[in-house]
Amino acid sequence: MTVGGWEAFLLIVRRELVLSFRRPEQLLQPLVFFLIVTTLFPLGLSLQLSLLRDISPGVLWTAALLSSLLSLDALFKSDADDGTLEQLSLSGQSLTLIVVAKTCAHWLVSGAALVVVSPIVATALGIPVAAFATMMLSLALGTVTLSWLGAIGAGLTIGLRRGNVLLSLIVLPLATPLLIFGAAATERAISGSSAVGAMYFLASVCVFTCTLAPLAATAALRITLE
Amino acid sequence: MWTWFYKLASPPHVFRVAAAFVPWLLGLAALALGYGLIDGLAIAPLDYQQGDAFRMIYVHVPSALLSLTIYTVMAAASAVALIWRIKVGHAVAAASAPIGASFTLAALVTGSLWGRPMWGTYWAWDPRLTSELILLFLYVGVMSLRSAFEDPARGDRAAALLAVVGVVNVPIVHFSVVWWNSLHQGATVVRLGAPKMPGSMLWPLLAMWLGFMLFYGAVLCMRLQGELLNRERQALWVREAIKS
Amino acid sequence: MNTAVDGLRIEHVHVWRGERHVLKGVSLAVHPRELLHISGPNGTGKTTLLRVASGLLRPEQGTVTWMGRSITSSSSQYQAVMAYSSHEPALKSDLTALENLRFAVGLKRRVTLQELRTVLDCTGVGPIADLPTRVLSAGQRRRVALARVLAMRATLWLLDEPYSNLDASGTELLSGLLQAHVEGGGVALVVAHHALALDCNVRRLELNS
Repeated sequence: MTVGGWEAFLLIVRRELVLSFRRPEQLLQPLVFFLIVTTLFPLGLSLQLSLLRDISPGVLWTAALLSSLLSLDALFKSDADDGTLEQLSLSGQSLTLIVVAKTCAHWLVSGAALVVVSPIVATALGIPVAAFATMMLSLALGTVTLSWLGAIGAGLTIGLRRGNVLLSLIVLPLATPLLIFGAAATERAISGSSAVGAMYFLASVCVFTCTLAPLAATAALRITLE
Repeated sequence: MWTWFYKLASPPHVFRVAAAFVPWLLGLAALALGYGLIDGLAIAPLDYQQGDAFRMIYVHVPSALLSLTIYTVMAAASAVALIWRIKVGHAVAAASAPIGASFTLAALVTGSLWGRPMWGTYWAWDPRLTSELILLFLYVGVMSLRSAFEDPARGDRAAALLAVVGVVNVPIVHFSVVWWNSLHQGATVVRLGAPKMPGSMLWPLLAMWLGFMLFYGAVLCMRLQGELLNRERQALWVREAIKS
Repeated sequence: MNTAVDGLRIEHVHVWRGERHVLKGVSLAVHPRELLHISGPNGTGKTTLLRVASGLLRPEQGTVTWMGRSITSSSSQYQAVMAYSSHEPALKSDLTALENLRFAVGLKRRVTLQELRTVLDCTGVGPIADLPTRVLSAGQRRRVALARVLAMRATLWLLDEPYSNLDASGTELLSGLLQAHVEGGGVALVVAHHALALDCNVRRLELNS
């Protein structure tokens, strides 16, 4: 009696979550990094919230991108190192399903956590509470897309020396539309004008990525596994 | 009828074809570039607004066009190599990548030099320049990925996948950059390019573009020969080719 | 019994690792109730051969068929009846032995935790089933990996150096399990450096460079 796709998906997500919570410090590190990087800007620039507010969307998004990159390396690395990735690929479940499950679980513990923490960072940068909803929604869409871009990059760079640097080099240029649309949406929300246009673009990039990236990430894994 | 097409998968055949093409491509490129440069730099009339500085267009625009074309060629060759497992595709992609990166760099440098008389600074976040910069990063990513692998076959496949992923993203990135630029438009119109092109300006530009394409073709063939020799160095035909 | 489509068949397989021609036209056939003992000096491609048999590695030339069907065209059906154990035990060090089994076997077939505990008892690691595998010794980890193979209830066992790190009782246990598996109609390919003292139908394949 073989195991159905949905059941396998949930089992893999559960596996990833159990593993992540066994090492809680690894979950917190990117979040702390997010907070630290955001703090650097007021320290380097200005104390005045009104001035910070002008650059805050860019700062917020850049910090979010960089912190997400930190955790992306771990998507496949641990499994590749101890041989369990091979076992997963031989489990009878499609490799795409495995990749989707792992990426979803990864977003839950990294991207989603980032979105939850973002109001704290936003307050430190002087972003008004009225803009929070748009900001958090844009971050949610952006981090989902980034998790997928990162899955492709991580799949390509498993086991390489300085793989995490190469991962950043690969992912960041591809992530520039996210930065542009996400920061624009947040900025519009801050200034009170409609962020709908930017959000639509962000959402369409997200949907586009979610549709095609699983295939690319699976292909990347196959190249590495062979 | 399609045998010529199937033969393109054979390294020794491609090697011979490339070797044969090189002198023709170089010759034609020299002609086109010669005409373009002389006409564009010396003969074409001055732009009333920009003066002599606009002549940078004759190098900048073809370079930018080439950088995009080469990326597309690289991605297409990579796709062929990945889907049908034709190794020559990897050789073409590997040979093209540094050429494309060089053209991207040339576009950036000429754009910067053009910007100096135009805006008074060496850099401005013009949409085309910004897109070119990101394109340069994409090229560097592909080249770095290929060289990071110890097994060259795996490196080829990984770089090929990245090239295909990149080519899908290039239009998205360009669109988002243009959109972003339109949001933050300052008082000065930050656009590198002459909006209207009378014939006397257009012909040298087209000639330069054609010349650059032919030049790319020639350099590609030369590099391709080297790549094929390197990749197939265990094969019999390579030893024959070296002896002759 | 049509032996032509029974079992695992590897034909004229060539594999290059970079410049090295690791497998040069290797062919073999293993039928049900047979165990193939693959041996040979280091670097002759024993692990590569096993990986080709498992489907992890696609040979540049040659075919691998199981019961007459190519393993690449029906990979999920093949994986459902095959268990591969690599040279590394392939366990998550932060998970307990039981959890490792649950997440591995649970993707192939529905298992209860009780059933997994029984299997772990079988291989002698029952008492430590709830410890994270990073605190286990190498021999204990090997036993957990063995339990994983056992729990998958696969017809085909592909084991790469399964005897490594096992003590005398572990070696005896593994030999007993292999024997029972083969006698029960299963197929096994085992890479081992030493001679296997088994009662069942053992054939040898010696790889040399």
